[in-house]
Amino acid sequence: MDEVIKKVEEVQIRSDHPEFKAGDTVKVHFQVKEGEKVRTQVFQGVVISRRGGGISETFTVRKISGGVSVERIFPFHTPLIEKIEVVRIGKVRRSKLFYLRNKTGKAARIKEKKTYG
Amino acid sequence: MTGRPEFKNARPSAGERDFSDGKWSMSGIMARKVGMTRIFSDDGKVIPVTVLEAKPNPVTQVKTIENDGYRAVQIGYRNQKKQRLNKPILGHLEKSGAPPVARFCEVPMPSGEVKPGDFLDVSMFTPGEKVDVTGVSKGKGFQGVVKRHGFSGGDTTHGCKSHRVPGSIGQCATPSRVWKNKKMPGRDGGRKVTVRNLEVVKVDAEKNLLILKGAVPGSRNGFLLVKKRGSGGER
Repeated sequence: MDEVIKKVEEVQIRSDHPEFKAGDTVKVHFQVKEGEKVRTQVFQGVVISRRGGGISETFTVRKISGGVSVERIFPFHTPLIEKIEVVRIGKVRRSKLFYLRNKTGKAARIKEKKTYG
Repeated sequence: MTGRPEFKNARPSAGERDFSDGKWSMSGIMARKVGMTRIFSDDGKVIPVTVLEAKPNPVTQVKTIENDGYRAVQIGYRNQKKQRLNKPILGHLEKSGAPPVARFCEVPMPSGEVKPGDFLDVSMFTPGEKVDVTGVSKGKGFQGVVKRHGFSGGDTTHGCKSHRVPGSIGQCATPSRVWKNKKMPGRDGGRKVTVRNLEVVKVDAEKNLLILKGAVPGSRNGFLLVKKRGSGGER
C-alpha cells in the first residue's frame, strides 16, 4: 500500500482492541444513536470471518437470537465500537467459518482452545 | 428591435467579474492521485475518499485583461530537471522566477494578489467546499456498445439470440448510409473527464494532501486538475 495512504489511515486505526480471530466468541459494545441519545448495545456471538486490511478491515459476528441466526458485520476501526471483549477462544482450523451457517445445534459447536501456562 | 437583447442575471464573463470581494475566488491546483481509502466521520459513518497529493504549484504567468484580454493564472506542476526542458520553456520560466516544471495549466484568477513566482497550495481549500476534478480516465480498450454507450442490450433468456449487440444502425434507402456520430463499438476510456461537485473532506497543508469524497478519474499516480467552484455566486 502507498505510504501516503498509510499515514492518512494511521490517524484512525485503533490499537486498543484485543487480539481475536475466527472461532472466538466476542462481546462487541456498540454505540447506537436513537434521536439525541447515545446508547450502548452489546452484541455477543462467534466471529466467523475477519477480512480486509488497514482501515477497511471488518469482522463478522454470528449469534442465534430467539432461534433465528443473526450476523452482523462491524468495521474493525470504527469509533462506534466502545470495546471488544473476548469471551472464549475457539479451536478452529480455518479462517472463515461460513460452514456454521449450514449447521445447527450440536454440530454448530466450536471446541474451546486450551491454553496452558 | 435592434442589438442584442439584455439577459437578466446573465453570468458576467471572466473579464467583467469583480474579484475583489472574493465572491468569484475560483482558483485551482494540479495534483497527483495517490489512491482511495476510507475515513470515519465523527458520527461513525464511513466516507469513501480519494487522497490527492498537491505540492505547491508555482505561478508561471499572470494573464491580465490589458495583456491577454482575460484574467487567469498559469501554474506549473511537478519539478523537472532543467536539461529535460527546451529553451523556450526555460526562458518562459526564467521570466517568472519559477522552478523548472514538467507541466503547465491555466486556472481562473484566485482572490487576492498573485504575482509570478508565487506558489498556490492546498491551503486554498477548506473542508466542506465543493470542487471539480479533471483528469484522463483509465483506458478500457476496444469495448462494445453496452459498456461504451450504456445500451441496454437484448434479453439474456426467453430465446433471445442477440445479447450485447447494437442492433440496427440506421434505415434503408433513405438515407442509405449510417449517420455521422452513430454510437458504435470502439476504443473506450482514456479521455478527459471532469467529475464535478466533489466534497473536500480534509486538507493537510503540511503534507500537501487534499482528501476528497468519492472517486476521481484516472489511475493512481495520475495527473489531475482540481478546481474550486465559484463560491457565493451561482454558476
